[in-house]
Amino acid sequence: MKFKCPECDGDIETKEVIEGEIISCGDCGAELEVAKNNKGEFVLKTAESEGEDWGE
Amino acid sequence: MPPSISLLYDRIRVEEKELINAAQKRGVDFKAVDAKELHLTITDPGKDRELFGEVALERCVSHFRGLHITAILENMGICVINSHKVASICGNKLLCSMSLAKAGIPTPKTIVAFTKEEAMTAVEEIGYPAVIKPVFGSWGRLIAPLKDRETTQAILEDREEMGNPLYQIYYIQEMVKRPPRDIRTVVVGDLIAASIFRYSAPDDWRTNIARGGHAESFPVSGELREMILKAAEVVGGGVLGVDAMETENGFVIHEVNSTVEFKGAMSASEVDIPGKIIEYALGLAKR
Repeated sequence: MKFKCPECDGDIETKEVIEGEIISCGDCGAELEVAKNNKGEFVLKTAESEGEDWGE
Repeated sequence: MPPSISLLYDRIRVEEKELINAAQKRGVDFKAVDAKELHLTITDPGKDRELFGEVALERCVSHFRGLHITAILENMGICVINSHKVASICGNKLLCSMSLAKAGIPTPKTIVAFTKEEAMTAVEEIGYPAVIKPVFGSWGRLIAPLKDRETTQAILEDREEMGNPLYQIYYIQEMVKRPPRDIRTVVVGDLIAASIFRYSAPDDWRTNIARGGHAESFPVSGELREMILKAAEVVGGGVLGVDAMETENGFVIHEVNSTVEFKGAMSASEVDIPGKIIEYALGLAKR
């Protein structure tokens, strides 16, 4: 699948993805979350960054 | 009607991916729900109920997000793995240590203070080296060894400057003399699913896999096995990660985790942990 990085506009190519999955941009290193837009298509959005309460 | 299960997430880690696969493989009526896209009417608990099925697996990486969602879901009458009580205890090191100690489970000596001056007294009472840990948080974040009075003073002053008042609950623990590894056990219901040694990364003293530690299979037995199952039971049971250490005087249990990360345990033990968790959820749904 082909995406554009929402941070740096770089090209990102991935295998099959699922909603909620995190991928990183090979160009700028941004962590991106796979989401679906209102047409049901996969899109990438900037992922949340680590919070103080993250973990197990 | 087959029982329906939901998985609450805010980030899909390996664990969540594997849980989704395990549910799909079993043909379960299953839905993954992104907690970041929810807004729930707490004054009308029936309104959003059907979104979550009979049993919900709460797997949020943000502890407080997951804890509060659990409260709302339980109020709707949904069975949540793990329960709000369990998530509250395991999400707070103070509550967890108290539960372990009260049940007579060997656990490292721990003193809690509420000002940096009293925290210093607590450290001196425990003796050097000691460890300071935030009462909430994971992955070894902000856990610091206290090696002498000077560094302790500096670390306590740092904590005092931190914005979150929970950092001023000074949880001070003896530094247990142990090999460079600890024992992580994944408990599902009243059974041990898998257990592993977690070795610290070469450049770190903490054994968290999230800090680069590596895992090796270690089937627990005997007294340790009993201790682990009891620890899971005293915090309220469910799907849990129980952490133990080997000391000169036997085993101690220092922590029980409620949203257990089992990537390391799964690959080192080759046990189908996600499958066991889904089966456990199905068992609760049928009750």
